[in-house]
Order: sequence, then C-alpha cells, then structure tokens
Amino acid sequence: MRTLTGHQDGMADGAYIEIRDLYFSRGERKIFDGLSMDIPRGRITGIMGPSGTGKTTLLRIIGGQLRPDAGQVLVDGVDVARVGRDELFELRKHIGMLFQSSALFTDLTVFENVAFPLREHTSLPEDSIRDLVLMKLNAVGLRGARDLYPSELSGGMARRVAFARAIALDPDLLMYDEPFTGQDPIAMGVVLTLIKNLNVALKTTSIVVSHDIHETSSIADKLYVIADGKVIGAGTPAALRADGSELIRQFMHGRPDGPVPFHYPAVDLESELVGGRAA
Amino acid sequence: MIDFLQRLGARTLERMSNLGRASIMWATALWGLPRRGDYALLIRQIYSIGVLSLVIIVLSGFSIGAVIALQFYTQLARFGAEDAVGLGLALVLLRELGPVVTGLLFAGRAGSAITAEIGLMKSTEQLSIMEMMGVDPLRRIVAPRLWAGLLCMPLLTAIFNVVAIYGGMVVAVEWLGADPGGFWSGMQDAVELWEDLGKGTIKSVVFALVITWIAVFQGYDTVPTAEGIGRATTRTVVMSSVMVLALDFILTLGMYGDFE
Repeated sequence: MRTLTGHQDGMADGAYIEIRDLYFSRGERKIFDGLSMDIPRGRITGIMGPSGTGKTTLLRIIGGQLRPDAGQVLVDGVDVARVGRDELFELRKHIGMLFQSSALFTDLTVFENVAFPLREHTSLPEDSIRDLVLMKLNAVGLRGARDLYPSELSGGMARRVAFARAIALDPDLLMYDEPFTGQDPIAMGVVLTLIKNLNVALKTTSIVVSHDIHETSSIADKLYVIADGKVIGAGTPAALRADGSELIRQFMHGRPDGPVPFHYPAVDLESELVGGRAA
Repeated sequence: MIDFLQRLGARTLERMSNLGRASIMWATALWGLPRRGDYALLIRQIYSIGVLSLVIIVLSGFSIGAVIALQFYTQLARFGAEDAVGLGLALVLLRELGPVVTGLLFAGRAGSAITAEIGLMKSTEQLSIMEMMGVDPLRRIVAPRLWAGLLCMPLLTAIFNVVAIYGGMVVAVEWLGADPGGFWSGMQDAVELWEDLGKGTIKSVVFALVITWIAVFQGYDTVPTAEGIGRATTRTVVMSSVMVLALDFILTLGMYGDFE
C-alpha cells in the first residue's frame, strides 16, 4: 500500500495526499460535498476559504481524527478513513501539526514540550534529546526560553514553541492551521520564513490552512480555494488571482459581499423588525 | 405521551452508549499502563491524588473518630460499659465509616481535580494534539490516574482509620477517662483480620474503581467550555458520592447480610 504513490527519495512529484469524493457532515450541515484534491509531495499547498468552510475539519480528517461519511483519503498511500488504530498512530509519527491554539502541554516546560514527541517515539539517550530540542528551539529563536512554562509565554511565543514541537521528529508532512492569525507583523515574518525554510531544507510536504490571502500566496506553490464543501478553484497563486470566476475574485480580492453572502441566513431585516413588533 | 416515551427512549439509549464508551475507555486505559517509562507518570499522580489528599483525610479522620467516641461514651457510660467504646469505634470505622467517608472525601478532593484537569486539557486541545502526535491519551493521561486512584484509596482508608481510632482514643481515654486497657483489649478481641479489615479494604477498592472511573470519564467526555467543565466536575462529585453510598449498602448486605 505504501508504495502506491511511489514513495522514493528524489521523487518530488506525485501526490502525497489524495482526497477523492469526500463527504462529511455535522448533524444536518454538510461540510464536504464531494471534495477532491491532491497535495503534491514536497511542496507547500495553501488551502483557503471563508471561515466555517471546514478547513480545520479537513486537516482533522487527513490526520485521521475525524472519519468521513464517504470518500477516500490517501496519505502516503494509506487510507486514513479505513486504517486500524495502531497503523493510524504509526502514520501520525510522520505527521506534524500546528493547531490554531498552540495546545502546549501546560504542565511541562518549553523544553519538555519539545522533547515530548522525542521521548515518546524514540529511545534516544538524554544527551541527544537535549541537543535536538535545543536545535529545534534555536530554529524558532526560543532557546533562551527553554525553562519557562507555557503560561509565561506570549501568544506568538507559544505558537513558535508549538512549531518547534511539531518539527521535533522531522515529519514528512506538516499541517498548519491558521498559522498567521493573531501574530504581530514580526512574528508573522518569522513564521513565514520558518515554513518556507523548512520546506526548502527538508522537502517537507506542507499544508497551510488560512484565510490570509497575501501571506499564503507568498509562500504557497499551489492554492486550493474551498467553499460550500467543494473545491472552487485550484492552481498557482498567480493563476488564481487572474481567475475570472466571481466567487474566487471576491475571495482573492477580499470583497465583503458577493456570491459568499455577508449575512448569515436570516429572514429579511424589515419583515423581522416589523413582524417582531406585531407579535 | 408518545413524545414522552420518545424522549425516555432517546435518553436511555444515550445513557447506554455512554456506559459502553466509558467501559471501553476504562478497559483500554487499565490495560495500557505497564510500559517503559510510565512509572514516573504514575508516581506523579500518586503524589497529586494521594499525598495531597492526606491533609483532609487526616483532619476528617481525627474529628470523626473523636465525635464517635464522644457519642459512644456518653451512651455506654449509662450502662457502665465505657470499655466497649474502643470495640464499637473500631468496628464502625473499619466496616463502614472508614471506606465510605474516605470515598466521599476522595471524590470531592481528588475526583473533582481529575475531572477538571482532564476537562481543561481537552478544552485546550492538549488531548487532541497528543493524539495527532501518535500518543494515546488513554495511556498517557487516563491510565496513570486510574491506577493511582486504585492504589491510593485503600491506603488513604487505612490512614483514615488509624487516625480516627487515635482521635477516639484521645477523647475516650485521655479526656473522658475510660480505662485504656479495656479500650485496647476490647478492640483487639473484637476486630478480625478478614471479617473487618479485609472486607473494609474490599469496599475501599470498589469505591476507588468507581470514583476514578467516573472522574476520568467525565473529564474525557466533557463539553469543552468553561461551563461544561464546571458541570462535569459537579457531576463527578455528585455521581461518585451517590454511587459510594449505594454501593456501600449493597456491599454491606452482601458481605454481612446473614440476617435470619
């Protein structure tokens, strides 16, 4: 199974993740309605779309935390929707994920947070763990903060620690959930550089889920725009910006109203105000 | 009427599926512990569940022992049977009050803490990221707490009993002037290893199983909001307390229930 996508070194092409006809719903609400996409190996792929379109849900499906109602999700040749628990946990050792909330372990120091995956999944001696952790922390500029607890960190610092933790095992796939939200401009620059450098240096397949068009466009090799449970646009950032479709134009240029309505579905304002008083 | 039945059915089904999930979780977690490097986690939990509960256990034990001795003494003194205070005190504590009161205190002190801690970990996505890293939270978070609870409860019960007997002795012998020889020898004659100490310990183990199970499941299953954690914590304390009292009655009936 694992060789299905041609897992060989030097083979940068081919899809690392293939999603075919994905259906997923929460209660009555359809989140994905026949979604298909390919995440190319060794590249940075941006997944964009208005909030509430299930971008985070998509990452959780790829990570096997949520099971789709129907469809196929092949991660490096493994169908995460059908695979058993042990195999899934094995696969996850090759996946790093950065949550929107940094989700640091509050009872561990910065150092121990980054050391956590190493201690759990390797039997490296303490010296090597120390060296590795310090290298990862150095990469995010927080080597000096190793003895702090998560409660003593600012939001941006916590995000960088989570970043260091996500890359601790040098994963094949890195998934970033809204890495730019709530970052000041400097931290934003740091994160952008980190994502890009990591991809260049280690050929890590990266998925950046975001609604920050400019930042995502600046680093992504390929962009997907999803809305209404489907892919409505795919291609390089330049190609998408030039796209003629009304929906993509609204999104790429950040217009408040258009095919994606500004209002959450509701009855007409006038009738609600008048009707509400009558009743 | 149909509507009522429908809701009743839905609630029953929900309860049953909760019980099923809780059982699977419990079995997986208990099974999952003995692994390399997990003993440090276990010791940490024994500290926070057991050692940190010592203060309240010791204080309650002393005052409950003292009060029982006071009541017994004033009643028994009317028949000139003050010497029987030691015996009555020991039997009441070992058979009933020791495990039950320790269970109730344990639910309030440690059970609520377990629920709140796991619930907060869930709401801050710490459990979720752990799963994404390929580390099973049942093994890493839940199992050490279950095992620590199982180990600590019987020990806390034993400490409670010792302190309570000491408290009773202080009141009856030192203060009210009962005969120390009668106090201790009466106790020594009446208490049997299996019948009193053994069965009491069984009770405390059963209570430990139930309390830690409820606490861990409520935390794991909490709605990840501030309100949800609050409600889960309350539910832990209420459910465990009711279960301890109900189970105590059933166990007493089963173990001592030779009423002709």
